[in-house]
Amino acid sequence: MSAALLPKPQMRGLLASRLKKHIVIASIFSFGCACLYKFGVADPRKQAYADFYKNFDARKTFEAMRETGIFESAPPKRK
Amino acid sequence: MSSVVITAEDASVPRYFDNRVHPFPDVPYRKELDASQKSLKEKEKGSWKQLSHEEKVALYRLKFHQNYAEMNKPSNEWKTVVGGVFIFFGITGIIVWGQRHFVFPPKPHTLDDEWKAMQVKRMLDMRVSPVQGFAAKWDYDKNEWKK
Repeated sequence: MSAALLPKPQMRGLLASRLKKHIVIASIFSFGCACLYKFGVADPRKQAYADFYKNFDARKTFEAMRETGIFESAPPKRK
Repeated sequence: MSSVVITAEDASVPRYFDNRVHPFPDVPYRKELDASQKSLKEKEKGSWKQLSHEEKVALYRLKFHQNYAEMNKPSNEWKTVVGGVFIFFGITGIIVWGQRHFVFPPKPHTLDDEWKAMQVKRMLDMRVSPVQGFAAKWDYDKNEWKK
């Protein structure tokens, strides 16, 4: 027999206490993941697209692409 | 040569088992008791304060096969598992190398360096993924990859 009695373990409400702890952990973790994605991926991507199209000249880009000869129906201007 | 008769356990009656999740097995570990063990069980029916420490341990060992410490003690099985995994990695590696050396046909011509260079030029001309992907990394003014 041990010299001192062990502390009485929790006998009831084990599921409730487990749920309480894990719901907190799960909410913090999932919220953190969402924040990381928003600030790491989503917002930089939106900014990249905004910056790309801010000074985008579609006509000029098309003429540059046409000169390389990739289009079938729009051949390069000068032979 | 003596023959060993192995009797199968009757699975239709309650059995003893050591399980971490079930602290109270269906039957005690030792069911047939000799005389001294039977007298101990009789003494157990009285007040437990008269039992000595050794008697309490003996009663425990009659009821249970292993205590939780013995049941849960770690083993070296993980070394066998990891070793087996690596052995099969090696066998797979040998098979893969053998296939590459003896079985596969020559690489297609579209994987030559000259062809791949032509392919990259065409992708840049087409402005593939110009915002965040492929053509975004090419500097069209200086005609070189962006630093």
